[in-house]
Amino acid sequence: MTDMQSQGDLSYVRQEILKAAPPPMRVHGVWPWMRTNLFGSFGDTILSIVGALIALWVIVPLLQWTLINATWSGDREACAANTAGACWAFVKANFGQFIYGRYPDPERWRVNLFLVLMAAGIIPLAIPSAPFKGWNLVYIYVVFPVVAGILLVGGVFGLQLVETQVWGGLFLTLVVSYVGMAMSLPLGILLALGRRSKMPAVHYVCLFFIELCRGVPLITVLFMAGVLLPLFLPTGVNFDKLLRALLGLSLFAAAYMAEVIRGGLQAIPKGQFEGAKSLGLGYWQMMRLIVLPQAITIVIPGIVNTFIGLFKDTSLVYIISIFELLYTVRNSFSDPTWASSTTPASGLVFAAAVFWIFCFGMSRYSKFTEDRLRVGYKR
Amino acid sequence: MAVTDAGRLNVSRDRWYNNPLVRSIFFQVLLVAAVLGSVAWLAHNTTTNLRDRGIASGFGFLNQRAGFDMVTFLNVTAESTYGYMLLAGLVDTIVVSILAIVIATILGLIVGVARLSSNWLIRTIATVYVEVLRNIPPLLVILFFYLAVLATLPDVKNAIQIGPDFSLSNRGLFMPAPVFGATFHFVVIAFVVSLIIAWAVRRWAYARRMATGQGFPSGWAGLAIVVAITGVIYLLSGDPLTFDVPVKTRFNIIGGWDLSPEFTALFVALGVYTASFIAEIVRSGIVAVSHGQTEAARALGLRSSHVLRLVVMPQALRVIIPPLTSEYLNITKNSSLAVAIGFADLVAVGNNVLNPTGQSIEVVAIWMAFYLGLSIIISVAMNWFNARIALTER
Repeated sequence: MTDMQSQGDLSYVRQEILKAAPPPMRVHGVWPWMRTNLFGSFGDTILSIVGALIALWVIVPLLQWTLINATWSGDREACAANTAGACWAFVKANFGQFIYGRYPDPERWRVNLFLVLMAAGIIPLAIPSAPFKGWNLVYIYVVFPVVAGILLVGGVFGLQLVETQVWGGLFLTLVVSYVGMAMSLPLGILLALGRRSKMPAVHYVCLFFIELCRGVPLITVLFMAGVLLPLFLPTGVNFDKLLRALLGLSLFAAAYMAEVIRGGLQAIPKGQFEGAKSLGLGYWQMMRLIVLPQAITIVIPGIVNTFIGLFKDTSLVYIISIFELLYTVRNSFSDPTWASSTTPASGLVFAAAVFWIFCFGMSRYSKFTEDRLRVGYKR
Repeated sequence: MAVTDAGRLNVSRDRWYNNPLVRSIFFQVLLVAAVLGSVAWLAHNTTTNLRDRGIASGFGFLNQRAGFDMVTFLNVTAESTYGYMLLAGLVDTIVVSILAIVIATILGLIVGVARLSSNWLIRTIATVYVEVLRNIPPLLVILFFYLAVLATLPDVKNAIQIGPDFSLSNRGLFMPAPVFGATFHFVVIAFVVSLIIAWAVRRWAYARRMATGQGFPSGWAGLAIVVAITGVIYLLSGDPLTFDVPVKTRFNIIGGWDLSPEFTALFVALGVYTASFIAEIVRSGIVAVSHGQTEAARALGLRSSHVLRLVVMPQALRVIIPPLTSEYLNITKNSSLAVAIGFADLVAVGNNVLNPTGQSIEVVAIWMAFYLGLSIIISVAMNWFNARIALTER
């Protein structure tokens, strides 16, 4: 049998060697990339042309306006004469005001020191591998607020008193968002726990508060803080306008934060709660040691998104005449020494760029934590 | 050892103040007392303050003459009452929100699909659009459109003409206004009746397909019914719809509809801003439908239009609709930023009413009632819709 097979008809076996196939088309380089990404088919080519037209239609005038035709130096006359480009001279001249508001010139080092201290608290907290997270939180919630308060308001240790009325600009935006963020997180956690509580009174009080805040625009909450709060308090009792704005903004943000945290709490499997209870932990121990660390880690991207929303919402506190960045910029449009047809656009583009850098930075950070969290599930 | 431990546990449980039920009742009573106490305290302070300032509380002021004028969709004059003014503001809020929602939905859908395009250029443009607009405050977008875009438009004399009847200038957007003749209501009735007939045809076609398996082009038939019936009645009632075309005179434009710069800036800005969020929602919805679904539908022999309509879209919508509604609510809430550019929406009108009358509590109550009412209505509708489209599992 084996003999017959080995010596038998082998006509189905190819006798001569095939010619080498032509090399595959290049998959690397400019042209293959363009073929797959831009000119894959007839429709794709048309889309690319339309897209290129749109991009040119936007980019060319934008470059002309912001760079080529812009007025970089000079005074109002130079800007008024040149209507084809941005008036960066206006931004340059008012830059100090945009950053510090009407904070007195010789005292600006205090604001600078405040910004450095704030960065020193936030940056290590944002880096996952940085040590001493507990002490970092103590710094963020206790040390820094006290030091910053003394530093900015003054009136003690030989520091000149600076009323909050003259605060303004980017630095005030940062103060407002810092306080809003720092307050809304713990308040939001409490509200979220309350909303999931089995005690009906606690549940309904928290539910009512959360839905009330989430259902109305921030402007009405700020109106309440600005106009109604003095009515609600005993005659004669009144406190700083900035504090009122901070209170309104923090409570508003806390309601949104509560919903984000609740999402995290719902994602924790029931076994974690049962396991903690079976170990004999009480409610607060269970939440502090087992549930919240997991729940908050899951929703860090959501928390950062709420922070981005809060940062953008700070632009509304002007309603009760707190002169944050956007309002400071708007206010300078009416400055007769600079009023021209291009100043509003230039100022707004500058403000937009500042807001964008902060928000985009935060959204990148949120993306980074999201990817970091997903590592565990990837395998 | 174990026995004594167990005994100790029992002892500690026996203390009445360690009983979970007692604790729960205690804390709830404490909370309710604290809430009621602070509400009573605030109410007491408020009544004292109002008495001191001589402000009468209550909604009686709504019937008083306002004495100031505003540009709104409803026709208000200085003789209008405060109540009518607030109603006009409410109408403005609703109109602006609806227009912004239309723009945001269309633009958001296009950008969201474009972000998934295989074409690098289209994808990049869409990504840049989303990343730029998502990261700046809506107020800034509105101000930019109002102060930087619309204010730099030419004056009425040099208005930009879009087609023969539309013109854009720093006075806003002028467009032809429809004028409804006396017999126009017949056309409306005919339209409604034809819609009902088309719906009935659709029901019948569905029932027949379920019973016999035979198809029927109910969509085309319905369209034909609506067009035919409404068209015939329209012609029979004597062409009752005409257009009031804006006419340019030397200094002004007369007639037609004039969308004020404030209004145009507000709804365009809100639409463009929110479109960036809707684009992300649409994108995540489409990505959420796994590729296996498309392949399985293909394997069953469905045409590509049917794959999209019957398999992909229903599943994508399940992901898209809930966040989409919350974006619509956000548009309505963000329309309150109108106060910054002087468009007379509910909040801006309320602000104008609040200053001369001092009725701040009542005005804030009206605001809250409107926005909360809207939120509740939409979330109830949403829950109903969600329950309808929810995944039916065994």
